[in-house]
Amino acid sequence: MRYEAPESVEGAVALLGGGGPRGRVLAGGTDLLVQLRAGVVAPELVVDIKRIAETREIREADGMLVIGAAVSGAELGEHPVAKALWPGVVESAELIGSTQIQGRASLAGNLCNASPAADTVPALVAAAATCKIAGPDGVRRIPVEDVCTGPGQLSLGDGEFVVAFEFPKRPLRSADAYLRFIPRTEMDIAVVGAGVNLTFDDGGRCVAARVALGAVAPTVILVEEAGEALVGTTCDAAALQEMAAAASAACRPIDDKRGTVEYRTEVAGVLATRAAGIAAQRAKGSQ
Amino acid sequence: MAANSHGKTNGSTRWVGTRPVRPDGVDKVTGRARFGADVHLPNMLVGKVLRSPHAHARIRSIDTSAALALPGVKTVVTRDDFNDLPSEFVPAGEMLVNYRDVVRNVMAREKALFEGHPVAAVAAVSEKVAREALALIKVDYEVLPHVLDVVEAMAPDAPLLHEDMITAGVDPAPTTPSNVAKVVEFKIGDVEAGFAEADIVIEREFSTQPVHQGYIEPHSCIANYSEDGQAELWCTTQGHFVVRGHCAKLLGMDVSKLRVTASEIGGGFGGKTVVYLEPVALMLSRKSGQPVKMTMTREEVFQASGPAAGTRVWAKVGMTNEGRITAGEAVLKYQAGAFQGSPVQPGCMCAFAPYDLAHVKVVGYDVVVNRPKVAAYRAPGAPQSEFAVESIIDELAKRIGMDPVELRLKNAAKEGTKAAYGPTFGPVGLVETLEEAKAHDHYRAPLKPGQGRGVASGFWFNIGGETCATLNLGEDGTIALVAGTPDIGGSRASLCLQAAETLGVDVERIRPLIGDTSTLGYTFLTGGSRTAFASGMAVVEAARDMIRQLCERAAKIWDIPAEAVEWIDGEARPAGSNAGEFEPLSLADLARLAGKSGGPFVGRAQINAQGAGPSFGTHIVDVDVDRETGRVTIERYTVIQDAGKAVHPSYVEGQLQGGAVQGIGWALNEEYIYDDKGRLQNPGFLDYRIPVCSDVPMIDTVIVEVPNPTHPYGVRGVGETPIVPPMAAIANAVDSALGLRFTDLPMSPPRVLKALGDARVPEAA
Ligand SMILES: Cc1cc2nc3c(=O)[nH]c(=O)nc-3n(C[C@H](O)[C@H](O)[C@H](O)COP(=O)(O)OP(=O)(O)OC[C@H]3O[C@@H](n4cnc5c(N)ncnc54)[C@H](O)[C@@H]3O)c2cc1C
Repeated sequence: MRYEAPESVEGAVALLGGGGPRGRVLAGGTDLLVQLRAGVVAPELVVDIKRIAETREIREADGMLVIGAAVSGAELGEHPVAKALWPGVVESAELIGSTQIQGRASLAGNLCNASPAADTVPALVAAAATCKIAGPDGVRRIPVEDVCTGPGQLSLGDGEFVVAFEFPKRPLRSADAYLRFIPRTEMDIAVVGAGVNLTFDDGGRCVAARVALGAVAPTVILVEEAGEALVGTTCDAAALQEMAAAASAACRPIDDKRGTVEYRTEVAGVLATRAAGIAAQRAKGSQ
Repeated sequence: MAANSHGKTNGSTRWVGTRPVRPDGVDKVTGRARFGADVHLPNMLVGKVLRSPHAHARIRSIDTSAALALPGVKTVVTRDDFNDLPSEFVPAGEMLVNYRDVVRNVMAREKALFEGHPVAAVAAVSEKVAREALALIKVDYEVLPHVLDVVEAMAPDAPLLHEDMITAGVDPAPTTPSNVAKVVEFKIGDVEAGFAEADIVIEREFSTQPVHQGYIEPHSCIANYSEDGQAELWCTTQGHFVVRGHCAKLLGMDVSKLRVTASEIGGGFGGKTVVYLEPVALMLSRKSGQPVKMTMTREEVFQASGPAAGTRVWAKVGMTNEGRITAGEAVLKYQAGAFQGSPVQPGCMCAFAPYDLAHVKVVGYDVVVNRPKVAAYRAPGAPQSEFAVESIIDELAKRIGMDPVELRLKNAAKEGTKAAYGPTFGPVGLVETLEEAKAHDHYRAPLKPGQGRGVASGFWFNIGGETCATLNLGEDGTIALVAGTPDIGGSRASLCLQAAETLGVDVERIRPLIGDTSTLGYTFLTGGSRTAFASGMAVVEAARDMIRQLCERAAKIWDIPAEAVEWIDGEARPAGSNAGEFEPLSLADLARLAGKSGGPFVGRAQINAQGAGPSFGTHIVDVDVDRETGRVTIERYTVIQDAGKAVHPSYVEGQLQGGAVQGIGWALNEEYIYDDKGRLQNPGFLDYRIPVCSDVPMIDTVIVEVPNPTHPYGVRGVGETPIVPPMAAIANAVDSALGLRFTDLPMSPPRVLKALGDARVPEAA
């Protein structure tokens, strides 16, 4: 196995799409190294992207946040601007693993490992974040929800990798939240995850709402009906109930060792409701 | 000789009951301590096991030729390398093992009986080569139907694991084989008459899942077999003498030719009382002529090492309206795993042990299923049966509106109670733990809305057994203490304290060591909560032996009769008519003069410790239940237990807390999940959910001390009882919170949510 650590995006693209052996991107390695050790993957080339400055930066311009692909959960958790603008995304990243894992685990790794239960993905989707992708044909941008196409499956082409996440401008009276359910209190995989991003007008009416669910379908899903149930309301109990019903209705989970279909479906609505409550609270606090 | 400082404590002790820093602490926190996998030898090979992918299959043939031809592979072993052994039961911890089964568990013979059952093993120059070699071994299996559930395994048409198994303990003996290895029964009085006296009778069926001991350190060993037929074995175990016995038997060796050293141990909880890799590593080393190291992966630990038995228990209890329990009856069906020997017998014996009852009947079934053979796990067999009984006791208390502690006090076993399993209790501390519970601030603290409180009591026998100890006095007056019981719970600290107390010297002057099998006489393993008790007794005995020698030596130096010397506060003093005639000789003085005055001092003891004191405990728990997700949160937890005497209170508290935490995992989340082919789906800590620290509150403890009269300082074992009450205590608390009685473990979020949903649906018209 060959290990390379290029210092530029172009260098990484050249290695990954260079016609040589198919390479694997290494960010924090908290998924990849585990899979290597377990013999699940055996790449001939590993391309570490952590020396590429752009993947390690958190930038803010014109109220728009950009988070590098390989920024760790711990770095994100200590970034005051990121926390203030996207508390839901930051809390989802901080849920990953333990202190040790936090020092390494990245948003791009979490997304590109392509697990339906990845914690940051519902938060990123709810936030309407965009992926900046570099590849042999240059740079392109796609919504986060278009990156994973199934468990372990990505829409990225040969030689492409995620460089950064770009977030829209945060309006006034707007905030997000992420909640997951695990049987323990930490060191576990989400049985259900729910990310909610809400914006209110000055009269307290919801003008925009995005609800995304994890671990209830082959990929993280954006539940538009759930968001629509909240728009135009004050997020009162009736609206939340309608939103929860829409969330549960969108679930297409499987029965497995981590949860049953019924359980995941019911709890998806519960978590979406609770996350919406937190996001609404935060949005009001941010006036 | 009138040595007066050793013996009864008279309530005042100088060392016993204090909390010095543990002697093994620094090495453990700095990483210097050597655990099972921490030894490396020159020319060492790596051994790996090929395991059955099937839950039940006949092994038609095994072809190892391609593996042996792989460069770097030194040898392969299969069933052909081990001699078959006749059926013979020997004690291993609190359970019995049969060598005919041990040899088959270590390496499958006719059939593979569970997924993960070893079928072959290789020794190679590296782990990588060893793994490649495993893939080259061709095993021809005839896959057979399998059975995992205890009730299904008892059905007449169930697939048979052992075609020749005739149920023992039934008269007349059955004529056809079955998966029921044996039936046991314990009974006093007449349960029918007892139930006739009752105003209320509650009967229910309960189930518990197999749970793993969850030791963090996987099984690991290194074997080094020499050309002259001698061998050394280093391994992580609770009992190296027992390992020596089993391995010698399986390899056809003299025990004197096998020296076994116990490494530091990263948890055992009963699960490291049996052999898995050790005989295989020895065989690989014998065949290759090189040292062989073997370490299980976590997956292998879950697939192939013993959990506690999964069970189905039916229990029935009768009570008068005044709260007098009139009779108890139970039927216990315990999974043994692939080979007979579940702890159903202790399960039967413990079921009603906390109560003073005239009429009890308990019947137990030991049933084989296609799962790994069960191993001991803290109080083996007791948590499952006591979960059932303590749940019903709670329900009875609620039925008549009596406080559950009060109800238990009314019926509690005490000194003089004849237990249903035979003996009459000496001094025991159940009443004291219940009184402490009633008086405890936790028991009276207000609950938040929606929370529930539960209590339950628990019992375990504890054991004694064969034990040796040596105290070697160094020339500067410090002492090496050698014990033969691996330290899994702070026992080195408590042994040093008992030696210091008896000798009257500073505990810091005693350095403990767990000797290998050639340095001490046969010493039974660390299990049955026996170590602080039995090795403690041996150490006290060895200290007395040394005091005798020291007094004789002082007498010789002073030229007075030995009887005229007494040992007080760590020094020899002339006594009686000679009192004050000579300057006292301290331990250090005598150590210094040893060579010139007659030779070194070695205190020895070889005992068969009798009179272990049973330990009772009572737990109080508060839970909160998230009604929308089914999550049960443990809000507050208090363990109250009789320790007899807490030699090192911190380690007693640690045992009480650890037992409670493992019980919390058992109650709430731990379970083995199999697919329809009998393959384990969660062989790792990610999906086999033992609690993490943030899952539990600080566990409060109260140590009650009702001395065990047979131990010089009153010690009882404490390590096992604390895992007995948690399951019922938590189920009782959940019932208090929700008005829903859970009889099936674990009370995991999906199950709790489902029960809440079912309860909301009004009964169909
Ligand atoms: C103990 C432990 C606990 C964990 N707990 C959680 C948890 O609670 N929640 C959770 O969601 N996950 C959890 N994980 C999984 C893992 O930590 C996360 O998915 C993490 O975010 C992965 O990030 P990484 O940077 O380490 O990824 P890596 O391991 O470096 O990469 C993961 C995958 O993504 C690919 N990849 C990485 N970066 C890029 C990129 N820029 N472009 C394209 N492909 C890329 C890699 O090739 C690889 O296939 C846990 C893992 C461990 C070991």
